[in-house]
Amino acid sequence: MSAAGTAMGEIVFEGVSHDFGDERVLEDVSLVLRERRVGIVGANGSGKSTLARMINGLVTPTVGRVVVDGLDVSRRGREVRRRVGFVFTNADNQIVMPTVREDVAFTLRRHRLEKADAAARVDAVLERFGLTDLADRPAHRLSGGQKQLLAIAAVLVAEPAIVVADEPTTLLDARNARRIAATFEALDERLIVVSHHLELLEDFDRVIVMEGGRVVADDVPGIALEAYRALIA
Amino acid sequence: MIGVLHPGTSLVHRTPALVKLALLAVVVTATAFIGSLAWLAATSALVVLLFAAARVPVRVALRQVVPILWVLAFAVPLQVLFGGWEAAAVMAVRLLIAVALAALYTLTTPVSATLDAMQVLLRPFRRWIDADRVGLALALTIRCVPLLADLVREVMEARKARGAEGSLLALAVPVIVRALRTAEHLGEALTARGFDD
Ligand SMILES: Nc1ncnc2c1ncn2[C@@H]1O[C@H](COP(=O)(O)OP(=O)(O)O)[C@@H](O)[C@H]1O
Ligand SMILES: [Mg+2]
Repeated sequence: MSAAGTAMGEIVFEGVSHDFGDERVLEDVSLVLRERRVGIVGANGSGKSTLARMINGLVTPTVGRVVVDGLDVSRRGREVRRRVGFVFTNADNQIVMPTVREDVAFTLRRHRLEKADAAARVDAVLERFGLTDLADRPAHRLSGGQKQLLAIAAVLVAEPAIVVADEPTTLLDARNARRIAATFEALDERLIVVSHHLELLEDFDRVIVMEGGRVVADDVPGIALEAYRALIA
Repeated sequence: MIGVLHPGTSLVHRTPALVKLALLAVVVTATAFIGSLAWLAATSALVVLLFAAARVPVRVALRQVVPILWVLAFAVPLQVLFGGWEAAAVMAVRLLIAVALAALYTLTTPVSATLDAMQVLLRPFRRWIDADRVGLALALTIRCVPLLADLVREVMEARKARGAEGSLLALAVPVIVRALRTAEHLGEALTARGFDD
């Protein structure tokens, strides 16, 4: 237990509300996430991205607090971000370096590793995601699915304990969406995934349903996804 | 174009980025001052040899040099008018040499190697300049070229689809709005990747 009263391995939302200007987009959300794989679903504008971004402090709560591994994200954002990787919807916004290998290596520039260690980690992660043959290709000319694989690789090379993904398959065609979904299913890391791809969430451990900035269902996928389907029917 | 790597294992590829940068600076400076026919001919030959040694296909090499030909198409006639044929030719060759050498550098040097080289160059100034930041700025600048090119192409298509081809407003507004939004997203992604100080 940490001083904050929350345990390692826990993601805790305590009475969290969030305003953008005078629009309240999250209303009194309280959650304790311990499961390995948690899905978040909800209509556009229901507050999913805001909720997801709070887990690594990209957005901080207006009211209440978010605590990850005992660290308050509003005050210890940088430490939290070292544990929590984030995969965005549009991989184009995440790619910084010209080639695939360089972009993955870019993540490690701030880690001050030995050159050989860094290179070994980059090679291992490229291999893991089947990007070895594309390593020297211009990153911005990859297909959408390959770009998203690159984005995932560039996050995982830092070895985060938790990976948050905000609609990682939304911009992809059906085949690439399935491929990326399969990639997420195969990850051993703890996952928090916002998605409209409901099959992906079916064998998750827990699914949270958002509506108008509130949590309206929170259960095992069978029940939560049923509630969501009823909500949008 | 900037940021295009032509991977390889030639001597040109393997030469450290710092050495290449130094040679580039020396040759380009010398060419700017020495206008003799012998020097220009020798340097031109050297450039061709280096491209061959790096095994850059002619097509790729030409693509690097073509943009400057447009500049020359304007500059040479002016120079002929004001300085005569000889001066115009010398200027054109000088420019071609500089552009070709710079292109050869980017074709054979990964951006990350340039960033590392800059870190070394900036080390004496580390009390005043954060080399990581300068490197990041450079990487982002290079990243912006394809990003902006894609953006302009998409917006031009959308403009055409709406039948507003001629409208400068229909080009400028979406491009600026989307460029700003992209910058915001890129900033957020950088924060998420740990570049947040
Ligand atoms: N940066 C922002 N500034 C202002 N309003 C925002 C911002 N981000 C999101 N919003 C608003 O907050 C609400 C919830 O957005 P978001 O969390 O992105 O929902 P979702 O991801 O479920 O679509 C929306 O009404 C959206 O317009
Ligand atoms: Mg969203």
